Amino acid sequence: MTLLREQIAQRVAQEMQDGYYVNLGIGIPTLVANYIPDGMEVMLQSENGLLGMGQFPTEEEIDADLINAGKQTVTMAKGASIFDSAESFAMIRGGHVDLTVLGAFEVDVNGNIASYMIPGKLIKGMGGAMDLVAGADNIIVTMTHASKHGVSKLLSNCTLPLTGKGCIKKVLTDLAFIEIKAGKFHLLERAPGVSVEEIIKLTEGELVVTGNIPEMTF
Amino acid sequence: MAGFDKVVSSYEEAMAGLTDNMTVIAGGFGLCGIPENLIAEIKRKGTKGLTLVSNNCGVDDFGLGVLLPDRQIKKIVASYVGENAEFERQMMAGELDVELTPQGTLAEKMRAGGAGIPAFYTATGVGTPVAEGKDERKFNGRDYILEESIVGDFAIVKAWKADRYGNLVFRKTARNFNPLAATAGKITVVEVEEIVEPGELDPDQIHTAGIYVDRLIQGTFEKRIEQRTVRPSNTQGEK
Repeated sequence: MTLLREQIAQRVAQEMQDGYYVNLGIGIPTLVANYIPDGMEVMLQSENGLLGMGQFPTEEEIDADLINAGKQTVTMAKGASIFDSAESFAMIRGGHVDLTVLGAFEVDVNGNIASYMIPGKLIKGMGGAMDLVAGADNIIVTMTHASKHGVSKLLSNCTLPLTGKGCIKKVLTDLAFIEIKAGKFHLLERAPGVSVEEIIKLTEGELVVTGNIPEMTF
Repeated sequence: MAGFDKVVSSYEEAMAGLTDNMTVIAGGFGLCGIPENLIAEIKRKGTKGLTLVSNNCGVDDFGLGVLLPDRQIKKIVASYVGENAEFERQMMAGELDVELTPQGTLAEKMRAGGAGIPAFYTATGVGTPVAEGKDERKFNGRDYILEESIVGDFAIVKAWKADRYGNLVFRKTARNFNPLAATAGKITVVEVEEIVEPGELDPDQIHTAGIYVDRLIQGTFEKRIEQRTVRPSNTQGEK
């Protein structure tokens, strides 16, 4: 069974550590906030200038002056702080954020990532993604392993314009948890019920499979 | 106006001197903290050929998006331009020049511009289309590209409170690009929700010093919300 969006988020949340400052991108990464283990303190950074993002507001709490990077209304967690955009990216570029989770269209065996435009089709812009992939050391990319038509998104070479070069080391897809090192994909874990063969078939870039590959646990 | 008093009495006066083909830097993130009445005044004036520098370009009928139908914008420097159908149409048709710029680079371009720094090196964008045509240099074994700073003929800014001297206080995430834009305009125009007398703001709590501000006006704001996201009022929510 391929993982649901929620399960991808749940598996990513297992990579959190107590006291982490974490930036979550738009989409599946946002869901990770729902699965932070009990008793663990994690501070969420929103690149529009908020450290300590809280839950969504109630109707009464809505404040047009308080949104997240996805432009959604939010609240502030206890101990939150507010700053301008240059300060926000100083945190990101200066390597102060412990974990960054973001989506992608493609990644390749050299750790390149493409996530911000499809020429002639979709041009929305990179937002803060280029800063995040260049500035963060610990990045997890969440994405679907292949397109609906079975075309792999884990490639030997990205085909779309890059968001960052040589900066991705971990990828969590709906099929597998993969590490990138020395110009190859390495299979770490597989989704429950998904075979290694299936993953190999849908991975276009070179995939190294060593020994018995465990299933993810939730 | 006299001495340090920056207050003007009309939006017309606030944007006086803005002419065709100028560069305007605008604060705001999405529709949060945008100088909505100053934008409306630019629409009313009908100024054309503008280069706009702003993280986003509003939506079809609010924010900077209102300058699109009359083709007032020639070029936009922004990091994210989704959520705007007319924008996408003009861009795909080649009617609008778009310089997509990483968000952190955009913020730093404004900050540097306001601080008299002409350019800076950053790792953001190395090996991507953003690096094309830019100087590259290695520091401590890592590649960086040279990004030039930005100064605007005008900067338009939204703050929460100000004193008459133009000392500014921002509120929550409506701060975003506003303090940076404020430093980077040859003429910086600020609109606020409340103006108080000098001495009433605590100097330790001022986010932007009045030295950056040329004109100040009090307005009323719609503060439209782009993504209204709520949880039920009887729950504590997840975390």
